[in-house]
Amino acid sequence: MAIVYLVVGTLVGVWIASELAWPVLNFDLAELTFGRLRPLHTNAVIFAFGGCTLMATSFYTVQRTCGVGLWSNKLAWFVFWGWNVIIVLAVITLPLGLTSGKEYAELEWPIDIMIAVVWLAYSFNFAMTIAIRKTSHIYVSNWFFLSMMVMITYLHVVNSLAIPVSLFKSYSVFSGVQDAMIQWWWGHNAVGFYLTAGFLGIMYYFVPKQANRPIFSYRLSVIHFWALSFGYVWLGAHHLQYTALPDWTGSLGAAVSLAMIIPSWGGAINGMMTLSGAWDKLRTDYVLRFLIMSLAFYAMSTFEGPVMSAKTVNALSHYTDWTVGHVHSGALGWVAMVAAGALYHMIEKLWNTKMYSAGLVNLHFWLATIGTVVYITAMWVSGIMQALMWRDYTEFGTLTYTFAESVAAMHPYYAMRAIGGMIYWAGGAIMLYNTIMTIRQATAQPQSNAAAATA
Amino acid sequence: MSDQIHSTKFQDKIERNVFIMFIMLAVLLSVGGLVEIVPLFYLKGTMEHNQHPEIVWDRKDGQTLADWKAGDGMRPYTATELAGREVYIREGCYLCHSQMIRPFRDEKERYGHYSLASESMYDHPFQWGSKRTGPDLARLGGKYSNEWHRQHLVAPRSVVPESVMPNYPWLEKGMVDGERTQATMSAMQMVGVPYTDADIAAGAAEVRGKSEMDAVIAYLQVLGTMVKLDDAVSYRD
Repeated sequence: MAIVYLVVGTLVGVWIASELAWPVLNFDLAELTFGRLRPLHTNAVIFAFGGCTLMATSFYTVQRTCGVGLWSNKLAWFVFWGWNVIIVLAVITLPLGLTSGKEYAELEWPIDIMIAVVWLAYSFNFAMTIAIRKTSHIYVSNWFFLSMMVMITYLHVVNSLAIPVSLFKSYSVFSGVQDAMIQWWWGHNAVGFYLTAGFLGIMYYFVPKQANRPIFSYRLSVIHFWALSFGYVWLGAHHLQYTALPDWTGSLGAAVSLAMIIPSWGGAINGMMTLSGAWDKLRTDYVLRFLIMSLAFYAMSTFEGPVMSAKTVNALSHYTDWTVGHVHSGALGWVAMVAAGALYHMIEKLWNTKMYSAGLVNLHFWLATIGTVVYITAMWVSGIMQALMWRDYTEFGTLTYTFAESVAAMHPYYAMRAIGGMIYWAGGAIMLYNTIMTIRQATAQPQSNAAAATA
Repeated sequence: MSDQIHSTKFQDKIERNVFIMFIMLAVLLSVGGLVEIVPLFYLKGTMEHNQHPEIVWDRKDGQTLADWKAGDGMRPYTATELAGREVYIREGCYLCHSQMIRPFRDEKERYGHYSLASESMYDHPFQWGSKRTGPDLARLGGKYSNEWHRQHLVAPRSVVPESVMPNYPWLEKGMVDGERTQATMSAMQMVGVPYTDADIAAGAAEVRGKSEMDAVIAYLQVLGTMVKLDDAVSYRD
């Protein structure tokens, strides 16, 4: 299911990117406008693709590293069906304009309650599986997954507090500056825990597994884990620099953001160095390529992030496409690549087979890499250009450009971004095809392996 | 191997017990949020109207929202504006338009005085936005005529050829629901927006016969006009 959502989610992304380049694509249909589809895109890629990947890989990892089956298979099925019902509801409600109006948390209150229930069931099942484990220590991947589960519970519950007006409309109990801070505390930690801590959990299991080598440094992983968990929580405030948020809050957010490069790069190095002595595997193992390229993008975007949160840079980059490019270098380059690597690994193990076509895995890898690079390059150029046009003055001390001129200047980059997205999407579509063919092939032969709880 | 300690005793203990790990995480993860969020609710310096009370409308007993004049200070949105704001949120306008002017020279010249925290004190949820695919709207009110807005919302490229905004023709057809608006006002009252019961009672009549287009234009026209800001006053330290 995760792969299906990857394809669907990125397709919606390509569509709305094209809408910005060619507005006629809105077709004057309310359900298809950018403002309504953008939340669908973010929800589909983060919560449908990201969520399914996390649930599948974490349930897989926890069983492998604890030496036991899941605490409850029934509960896992409940999580699977519950989560997918939520996704279907999101697909229906968001284009209808049923939204709470909070970025990355647009779903309305009845769905929010369902999310909380399913999430707690998922977390409880996970924690109980650790509790009944046969190994003495809890493996590092499971620390990260656990950290994510606790934090997302905090974030979701606080940020979604709202007063219902009707079955599908509610208003946040917070207002203005407090609402802004809470929203970005949620917003950045959806990235920090959902898309980073969770996916680091994936990295710490699947990279050593695929490379068939132990993780580079245990000590580094301990430092990485605690520093990342403690630090990430503070970062939301850097989204609100120079706004009406008090200066101390924004500066605090920026200071911690700068420091975050230490644990982030610690983690990236830890993952990459796991390969030391086995670099030649990259030549033949396409799945490993995904995992290592994802770490390269992780290192790059966790360098870019602290730079962008420095106040002088943020004054330029805020409100521009640079931010969008940064998110996508993390999302396409890091999250989706490590997920693809982990999913390929898992498919081969679960069906006890090889991928239908290694060539297609390689093709997917190159499409994903090129698509990401095209996308983020377009956004770097357009973002910086936008910001420079907005603040440019003529020799007479008047603003050089109208806003409309800056919009017109973006057209080639918006087109380029849409193309980058299409390339990436094509990679995802190939993955889906390859996966279906692999499973078909594997089930055609007699096989002994038990299926995982969720896939 | 399992008895050997590879790190500190404490770390080893945590790694052996999921319950201790859970507690450690629950405590550790709450720190950043508590430090950054909780003070915003009680530190007086957060909201400028604590130092400059003239920012908020001093409403006398018996006055209705109609007695307010532009520049009198922050007041709750009228029923029509509130209905328009609901449309603004529904259509996801905040995804391309910010409502938060930063204290830079170019932003002042392009959009106006920097935004104050108190100016969004009645905004549940806040609409500051995070992206300017289109221009900032924090001080849009009064810059264009109602007719211009109508034309621009139905066919943006007919007045701004470079625009990439979608057309919103359906706003002309959709009508504002009086009961729904009243329910929204009551919800706002519950979360602390100072609507009187009389305001809410009068809400349905105010929006009767108005289209979503009328409502959203009323909302756009009030943005940034409530407070009269003085360039000589430093609202933030």
